Amino acid sequence: MELNDLVPRRGEWLRGTGSDSDIVMSSRIRLARNLAQFPFLNRADDSVRSEIERTLRRHLNELSLGGPRSYLDVSHLERLDRQFLVERQLISRELSESHGSRGVCFTEGENISLMVNEEDHLRIQVLHSGFDLDSCWQQINRIDDLLEERVTYAFSEELGYLTACPTNVGTGIRVSVLLHLPALVMTGEVKKVFQALQKINLAVRGLYGEGTQAMGDFYQISNQITLGKSEEKLIRSLKDVIPNIILYERKVRSALVKDNRAELHDKISRAYGLLRSAQSISSQETMDLLSSVRMGVNLGFIDDLSIPTVNELFIHTQPAHLQKLRKTTLDSADRNAARAGYLRHRLSPPAQGDKN
Amino acid sequence: MKCDRCPKVATLHVTEIEKGQTQELHLCEECAQKYMVTASPEPVSSANPAGMSESELEELERLVCPHCKLTFREFRSQGRLGCPQCYTAFRDELVPLLENIHGDTQHVGKFPRRAPVDSRKRYELVRLRNELQAAVAEESYEQAAKLRDQIQSLEHESADAGEA
Ligand SMILES: [Zn+2]
Repeated sequence: MELNDLVPRRGEWLRGTGSDSDIVMSSRIRLARNLAQFPFLNRADDSVRSEIERTLRRHLNELSLGGPRSYLDVSHLERLDRQFLVERQLISRELSESHGSRGVCFTEGENISLMVNEEDHLRIQVLHSGFDLDSCWQQINRIDDLLEERVTYAFSEELGYLTACPTNVGTGIRVSVLLHLPALVMTGEVKKVFQALQKINLAVRGLYGEGTQAMGDFYQISNQITLGKSEEKLIRSLKDVIPNIILYERKVRSALVKDNRAELHDKISRAYGLLRSAQSISSQETMDLLSSVRMGVNLGFIDDLSIPTVNELFIHTQPAHLQKLRKTTLDSADRNAARAGYLRHRLSPPAQGDKN
Repeated sequence: MKCDRCPKVATLHVTEIEKGQTQELHLCEECAQKYMVTASPEPVSSANPAGMSESELEELERLVCPHCKLTFREFRSQGRLGCPQCYTAFRDELVPLLENIHGDTQHVGKFPRRAPVDSRKRYELVRLRNELQAAVAEESYEQAAKLRDQIQSLEHESADAGEA
């Protein structure tokens, strides 16, 4: 599969199935691993970087990932293509922006991606739709076992898996859940949630990971600690707390429907109307309006649109996706016009864009 | 609304989250682009190297990983270690840092299957003893008894292996 084959498709993690998928967009686990025989990347010169990349690429291409996979040499990709992969959650911004030999291996369904020469030699990621951390762990643990039969990881009995940054040492695991919390944001209650999470060592980030702001009312909740607790225990800590946030969001939604039904319905209908008729629209405004529409579909205010389509639109209206769909580079003003055109096409009645 | 960083009109409205605190930010398209690129978190260990005296900095300069030649001072400014052996070379300096970040300094998670059998056993003992401690603290005495049995049988196994 070539990069351009991805453009009209959507990753399986966007299909809107799985437990609590009205609020939990996706579940993700990543593992940070390094090869014992090489220095970490900030002490690896170009030839060592290439050697690490060649070694890992060979193993990744032979690994059984339960289906076809692609390997892309990220160092040879155009900026737009790298940005496209970031928007798709297949690579991190760090891998996109860094230099030298690096790559990504991912499966056809885009559930599994393995980044080579990111902050660590290898970053394994498994992504599933809905609240499904157990499947993520089962799958990533198996991939890690298979790799470990082929390579020797940097590991110490005392500190576990050794990583370039001490914040990841030990299990090297980051367990995260992407939540859609429009009602908690609308009422300002979301701040209380963040403060409570902070107290139990869970981090809150925006849609595109570290250092990004919250867009479209999406928040990623993840563990901060990686050492001194087992993988199962770290996963458990998220599995224990996330249902409370889901319940909180549901309660606030119900209260909004009960007490401010007309106002809420108006807000959602206006958002839907704007997305279907705008002639120029920014990425940020699109995210905000799509967020209202997504909640509108889940609350039954909108009945001619499916959640997978809304999920897909969050990704396909991002700048690099629009340009790939249009097969041309566009400046900001042209992008806003192209985005509006794309949204009108996908959302115009009778919802012909909604093939689901 | 005006952009927070220049006189242009703000088109991006973001909620910045840092350490659980939220802050509203309004930016124009151009500043938003810059913001997206630079909004990466600070390296964890860059904490105030400036607050150190010249002799203290020299001290850090002399601390070198024999394997990759990274100095501890470089680690302090970059937040990244140079190689797996750095963890041994800077052990004394890293332990307080790890305690600070993780509240712990002993791994209790997954263990590579390829690790030697005896080190795997030693590790398993550490893990079981930790669990035992937790079980006693939680007053789950049935669980504690089970763990105690497991620990004893593993200790016997190791002793037997030692004699053979
Ligand atoms: Zn080193």
